[in-house]
Amino acid sequence: MRKSPFANARFSTADLFVILVPLAAVLLALAVGAVMLLALGTDPLEAYGSMLEGAFGSDAAIFRSLTRATPLLLVAIGICIAFRGGVINIGAEGQLFVGAVSATAFSLWAGESLPGPLLILLTLVVGFIGGAVWGAVPGILKARFDVNEILTTVMMNQIATQLLFYLLSGPMIDPEQIRQGTRIPQSAQLPDASWLPRLAPPSQLHAGLFIGIAAAIVVFVLLWRTTLGYRIRAVGLSRDAARYAGISVARYLTVAMVLSGGLAGLAGSVEVTGVTHRMVEGFAVGYGFSGIVVALFGRLHPIGAIPSAFFFGAMLVGAERMQRTVQVPSATVTVLQGLIVIFVVSSELLVRRWMARRQARAAAAPAVLPGVPTPASQEVRA
Amino acid sequence: MTGSNMTLDQILIEAFALMFLYATPFLFAALGEVFVQRSGVLNLGVEGMMLMGAFSAIYTVSEKGLGQEPLVGLLVAIITGGLLGLAMAVVSVTFKAEQGISGIGFTLFGLGLSSLLFKTLAGGVMTAQGRGFGALSIPVLSDIPIIGDIFFNQNVLVYVAFALVPISVWLLNKTSWGLKIRAVGQNPAAADAMGVNVNRVRYSTVILGGILAGVAGASLSIAVTPIFQENMTAGRGFIAVALVYFGGWSPWRVMAGALLFSIANNLQIWAQILNLRIGGTAIPPNLLIMAPYILTIAVLVFARQRKRLEPAALTKPFERGEN
Repeated sequence: MRKSPFANARFSTADLFVILVPLAAVLLALAVGAVMLLALGTDPLEAYGSMLEGAFGSDAAIFRSLTRATPLLLVAIGICIAFRGGVINIGAEGQLFVGAVSATAFSLWAGESLPGPLLILLTLVVGFIGGAVWGAVPGILKARFDVNEILTTVMMNQIATQLLFYLLSGPMIDPEQIRQGTRIPQSAQLPDASWLPRLAPPSQLHAGLFIGIAAAIVVFVLLWRTTLGYRIRAVGLSRDAARYAGISVARYLTVAMVLSGGLAGLAGSVEVTGVTHRMVEGFAVGYGFSGIVVALFGRLHPIGAIPSAFFFGAMLVGAERMQRTVQVPSATVTVLQGLIVIFVVSSELLVRRWMARRQARAAAAPAVLPGVPTPASQEVRA
Repeated sequence: MTGSNMTLDQILIEAFALMFLYATPFLFAALGEVFVQRSGVLNLGVEGMMLMGAFSAIYTVSEKGLGQEPLVGLLVAIITGGLLGLAMAVVSVTFKAEQGISGIGFTLFGLGLSSLLFKTLAGGVMTAQGRGFGALSIPVLSDIPIIGDIFFNQNVLVYVAFALVPISVWLLNKTSWGLKIRAVGQNPAAADAMGVNVNRVRYSTVILGGILAGVAGASLSIAVTPIFQENMTAGRGFIAVALVYFGGWSPWRVMAGALLFSIANNLQIWAQILNLRIGGTAIPPNLLIMAPYILTIAVLVFARQRKRLEPAALTKPFERGEN
């Protein structure tokens, strides 16, 4: 049922159906959203039009959408690993924060003492490790004690949010803020040697986009072409069957969470080295949750996550313009995301039934080769 | 409330009274979730349903909104929560969607819609100061020293929440509806064979869970803290779900958990009280705010021994003829 449209080289109508269902879910969500906007006295066409304009209206708009898509893509790839491994990781938000804050701390500490490329590389690695550690906690609790990972990851998000605020207003506060007495909770600016190169100045589009696409390909290969990936997916499909086949369920649950958290942490460090260049309050808020929606919309496939991330990145950027021009709060996007999640998971039953009916029909009909007359048709002709 | 003109005794009485007040939203939401989970469904959308209940109630009550009586506000929250519960039932019972993920969908939906309405209808500021539920002193009992101030000088929703505990126990264990709920949660195929309409029972519990989540939100916005803020529940809905695991699906133990988390939630107040005695350096507030979340994780690890009490069919949609 979770078979990916890209797993086989051949492309059938069933695969097309698998792609059409999420699109239908989006259309349905937009329709429900339109009714809500009407009820609030806004012309939905104008609101959505302004959203499209803001997301795709100019080169600058498209660059903004791509910039926003980058962290979403990395988070979503991580979510793919966790969900494929049977772990529902809702903690990307916290893993992203911890990754970003670790990367920031490392970059500020290492400073100019390292050559540029090495500093960037190590900063991103530290970000990955930070997120991986934050993901490992719920992973180990799930693997060792069978503790519900949805609840622990949600709690780890709340803890990370408070930790971030504590660090930014205390130990990691920009010394400049103390000197000026403003005490705005934000870190000092990262040394520019650790900034990711910008691709199309003056836009913020940065090399992190390539990191995201490369990560999608690596994770695709990992999940479908390596033993590690096979085992992660086996545990995700059936823990009992995997155990029976001699796979250590506890180990691969933990590995899935560690990789998933690591990619969220990488998303955070890419965002801080690529866009903001310092940790600020409200940094990347909501990206962790949007990443889950991106992953589900991409059918939990790392390659599918690429167009999906662009779509949702565009939606978020478009919503900001919508808020400015038609005064519709950007919270509308959160509503739409919620509806898309609900519609996508609800449509699974329809997909399953449709597939089952197709299989039943294929099994019932005798295998007929085209062009070879059946006995029945010969009789008719005679 | 912790002013210098209060004695330590008064502060302690106030703190214990607040413990019951702040336990109320947890208790409503968690008791609803007990019914839902006992019937074999996991509603992880509680957080979003609480937010919608909180906004709809305060909008109905506030002068800036509809300016109605608090009871009307509560009723609107009940309807809002009930409708969201119905939607959750359609998704998780009829469409048999993966319950963990659909719950996150409902949480995002409730978070987004409550923020959207808050900004468009209320312009981002909304208070029910002086218009929400106030303290209701129980005659005679409230005159008892100390005990009267802690227990019998409370908000009316506090009494309702705590009264719901024995009522829930009775409903679950002594009524035929409760028997059906437990049967459907343990062995839906057997319940179905006995003529119980599995899906109808699950609809009833998920709608009830939605209603109580709505009431929990209302208790927050028009009784505990008479204001609304975006995402004001701050994870309380998820903690309520965790309380159900902690309480081993039993209303009494869920109540104990709600009180424990109420203390953790108000650790800042308790730290102030202790500071009066110790007078040491203040702990950073963000570390105190973390306490309930850390406690939740600890409690979930501790509650793993209760796993055997878990309804056998939890999160498993029922399909006739499958088992």
